[in-house]
Amino acid sequence: MTEPSSDVPSAYVSDKRTPAPSREELRARIPGWGADLDPADRPSHPKLQYAPDTTGARWRFPDRQPGAEGREHSIEHAFLTPVFGTAQPLHGASGAIRRLAYVRFSEGRLAHWLLLIIGDRVDAWGSHLRSFASLHPDNPITETGVLGELSASGSARSGRSDRRHQLLDPVIVAGPWVAGAGAVFLGVRKAARGLRG
Amino acid sequence: MRAMTYRGPYKLRVEEKDKPRIEHPNDAIVRVQLAAICGSDLHLYHGLMPDTRVGHTFGHEFIGVVDEVGSSVEDLQVGDRVMVPFNIFCGSCWFCARGLYSNCHNVNPNATAVGGIYGYSHTTGGYDGGQAEYVRVPFADVGPVKIPDWMHDEDAVLLTDAAATGYFGAQLGEIAEGDTVVVLGAGPVGLIAAQSSWLMGAGRVIVIDHLPERLEKARTMAHAETLDYDEYDDIVVEMKKQTDFLGADVVIEAVGAEADGNFLQHLAGTKLKLQGGSPVALNWAIDGVRKGGTISVVGAYGPIPNAVKFGDALNKGLTLRMNQTPVKRQWPRMFEHVRNGHLTPRDMVTHRFPLEDISEAYHVFSAKLDGCIKPLIVPSAS
Repeated sequence: MTEPSSDVPSAYVSDKRTPAPSREELRARIPGWGADLDPADRPSHPKLQYAPDTTGARWRFPDRQPGAEGREHSIEHAFLTPVFGTAQPLHGASGAIRRLAYVRFSEGRLAHWLLLIIGDRVDAWGSHLRSFASLHPDNPITETGVLGELSASGSARSGRSDRRHQLLDPVIVAGPWVAGAGAVFLGVRKAARGLRG
Repeated sequence: MRAMTYRGPYKLRVEEKDKPRIEHPNDAIVRVQLAAICGSDLHLYHGLMPDTRVGHTFGHEFIGVVDEVGSSVEDLQVGDRVMVPFNIFCGSCWFCARGLYSNCHNVNPNATAVGGIYGYSHTTGGYDGGQAEYVRVPFADVGPVKIPDWMHDEDAVLLTDAAATGYFGAQLGEIAEGDTVVVLGAGPVGLIAAQSSWLMGAGRVIVIDHLPERLEKARTMAHAETLDYDEYDDIVVEMKKQTDFLGADVVIEAVGAEADGNFLQHLAGTKLKLQGGSPVALNWAIDGVRKGGTISVVGAYGPIPNAVKFGDALNKGLTLRMNQTPVKRQWPRMFEHVRNGHLTPRDMVTHRFPLEDISEAYHVFSAKLDGCIKPLIVPSAS
């Protein structure tokens, strides 16, 4: 029988060639090493633990929250859940798009999620435009947090996670505005030329 | 009340909003004392999560004082100081009855694929979150827990998600004594996952990231070996070399949908939204774990598909385990570990911002300026 030479890595033989440190060594170095070594001490083992009497619920099915009329829900649900969020009800054009996503497509269809994303963008653009007719217009300087580039003392903050990629952020944020302004300009110019004959 | 409100991708501000009201007999209203920004909040901030509506208030990591209770609430009283799990859950559905609190079926009408979460878009139920002065807390007799007298507030707020998720992530890895565990990502979840891996008997813990301050924290706080993937042409090959060409026994993916490390994936997913974020870390996990090994996924992903190397996972015979964390289930055991000093969540807090400066807080956290690892938000300071 041929013994493998010492430079043959573990993957090619039956056992790890460098054993793990001993329990004593690890306990001396790491606070609490092995405290949850026994899977029985791990709260998520096993995954399913039937214990409905320990949750704090004193109901078999919760009371239904009032105000359910018109609340959108996934068609993968049998009905509107008994409790639900009421943070930002559907409204306007974005609401119509989102409602179409919920009424027409299940969560299993990509169209469901893409319609919701489109609804998000319509919502954001509509809100930006409406804000300019309000007493509290959107302010890209304060709302993007770019002032956070400076610390409280006024000096530039250090560090940055991804200098290469961060350069893209202004393009991603400002790009749609520039493209939108360009489209408006071209549209207005075309309309003006049309009117002039 | 003052509350953070979303205005569109990369834009948010603090506005006056109506104080939340009791909408269900088992609701409570909590006055927020301390909140945090989670790495997963950045997915909302960057416009990656479908059905994130203008005006939404983010924030699923918060503690506070009970300000009002509904008519059926028995276990909490006005004035109690509580920590609130990020999961909203009923305690009585098929899933809650079996401990899957993060998969509750009675609280999120908008999707069956995810449970209810505070301040995390309408895809998780449409509940405003805790980066505000007040927040509505459904099922007050089920979710919140009174903060123990001995517990530091910063530990308490981190136990509502980030720390619990790190501990849960190590459990999903099914770590056996002596295992080599690789943790991808040295953010708050990854740091606690690394600490927790030792508790479960790991023989070696290696943390991979590319931010020097986070790798330093992994060495000092979690006693881990570290690899900076920017220093290697191919980090997967280095993972193989580090493990004697076996691959890691367990890989914990604690990065999620905004992974860096591959320019085209990052551009297509995170910046241009052409896929549901960037699956770089998940693919590194699949490549870097040994055949027959286990991948634990606790990095956050949304419902839009990703380009994941599923064939390699099949052909390597991998076990993939994942979920949103059922937080309250972790707490009794975690409280012991925190009290004994085995888990040290507040060691990773680097920044504290008043609520009024939350736009800057998101920018600093998103760009990782100033070595930001974990920012907290303090409403009462505003």
